[in-house]
Amino acid sequence: MAEARPAWANWPLVGMVFIGGSLGTATRAAFTLVIPPADGFPATIMGINLAGALLLGALLEALSRRGADAGTRRRIRLLLGTGFLGGFTTYSALATDSVLLLAGSPALALLNALGTLVLGAIATWLGIVLAARVDRRRAHR
Amino acid sequence: MTPLLFLLTAAAGGIGAALRFVLDGVIRSRFPAFPIGTLVINVSGSFVLGLVTSFALGDVLPPEALTVLGVGLLGGFTTFSTASFETVRLIGDRRYGAALAVGVGMLIASVLAAALGLWLGSLL
Repeated sequence: MAEARPAWANWPLVGMVFIGGSLGTATRAAFTLVIPPADGFPATIMGINLAGALLLGALLEALSRRGADAGTRRRIRLLLGTGFLGGFTTYSALATDSVLLLAGSPALALLNALGTLVLGAIATWLGIVLAARVDRRRAHR
Repeated sequence: MTPLLFLLTAAAGGIGAALRFVLDGVIRSRFPAFPIGTLVINVSGSFVLGLVTSFALGDVLPPEALTVLGVGLLGGFTTFSTASFETVRLIGDRRYGAALAVGVGMLIASVLAAALGLWLGSLL
């Protein structure tokens, strides 16, 4: 019984997280190459984290409204949510960039750290609300 | 960035994401009452990125290693979207204290961990 094993010890599921994480990381790396940080402020990473937060909010809300976290829904969550959006967004760069900004401009460091946190929460909430609205429209049809 | 370096960075990000998934699962099974998996992952990943960044700034590590380990492995290991979702879910459940602890607490702990890593790396 493969289902009795926890998901994190289930190699095909770990493999889905690996594939999603590779693609998410590649997308983040491509964005930071195309749009390098301007004046030392990591606006690209900030934009990536906000976009990823909105998309994860929408994805998890849409999936939970369609039923239990099992089978195909769980595989989609692990591939796109834990994998792609988990690898696309990043926390270590947010923390390290904020420390590096502190020496030159404490205001920019604070803007990067607190701005990402607050706008990220708003983006997540917006993603949840948008997915709920789409789902209600779907239910009315 | 060479195509090989880009591919290595992407694969390292996949390994980081898989490590995050397994570690979060193990922590969840040990401490089912406390959602501390993401906290442990983001704080430890921020510490190691501080360390690796410091090594690269001090020419101990080549810039390519910083790309594969920093952008790839640790970028894929740590995550913002799940942290933000967990915070917003706590706000939705009207657990404002817990939301503040998870949101602001994780941020402060991660920034301190990155600063510690940067400082320790500069000593070595």
